[in-house]
Amino acid sequence: MRRIRIGTMAKVDIKPRIRVPKKIKSGEIFEVKTLISHDMETGLRVNKTTGAKIPRDIINEMRVNYDGKEVLRAVWQPSVSANPYTSFFVKAGKSGPMEFIWSDDNGNNYRKTVDININ
Amino acid sequence: MQPKSDSVIFLSEMDGAPYVNRRSFLALAGIGALGISAIPFTAQATPQETQSKIDSIAGGRPINDGRVDITLPEIAENGGTVPVSVAVNSPMSESDFVKTIHIFADDNPLPDVASYYFGPHNGKAALSMRIRLGKTQKVIALAETNNGELYIGRKEIKVTLGGCGG
Repeated sequence: MRRIRIGTMAKVDIKPRIRVPKKIKSGEIFEVKTLISHDMETGLRVNKTTGAKIPRDIINEMRVNYDGKEVLRAVWQPSVSANPYTSFFVKAGKSGPMEFIWSDDNGNNYRKTVDININ
Repeated sequence: MQPKSDSVIFLSEMDGAPYVNRRSFLALAGIGALGISAIPFTAQATPQETQSKIDSIAGGRPINDGRVDITLPEIAENGGTVPVSVAVNSPMSESDFVKTIHIFADDNPLPDVASYYFGPHNGKAALSMRIRLGKTQKVIALAETNNGELYIGRKEIKVTLGGCGG
């Protein structure tokens, strides 16, 4: 069996991606698709060489704000896949920013804002 | 796709599948069969444990079948990333809306998967995501309305290549 020794896993740049429809009609229910790159380390894996548990590091919460309120909160556990994808629906209110915030176990927050155009 | 060191026990890895090719997985599975690798889970969840979590959310309230629709592939070849969609039939009006959807995988080492919080501003009580499944089991979605009603849906899924030592 081939053995590759790699050092501490380099943290890949965390890249959030959001997809919303370009044109949204007033009152329409539209879908929001989100993806963020993250290892989502479960905390259950063991390093065989050292016998040490690899500490848990997942995005544990995602929040979405739009039109003056929180329109979604998701609480995630280690059973969420790496590079978590999620989609949900929002009823069109006013044109304006939709803000996304992901928080991980190490206290990092990742943010992304997209413009919602209602016409 | 990042290469991962095989000094890590893949058999204990929830998301092993995306990083392990078939050959190395089988080799590692063989090691597991010989008992060389220790399964590190001290507490393996059981469907009973999942049920007790559901009961504690319910707090004695009745749990109704129906209104919850779970979409899953029939067979997941890769347990590391399984697409799941949950939709709850609800008017999503100011007076009657789904406020929470809890998702469980009833035979994962950690059965809680996620909780999503909604309001009338969502228009639809629906979500899609990708989850890790250690073995063949049931995915359960529990929806709670603003009026305190509970609805539950369950769907069985076969997992050929589990990530959790299954």
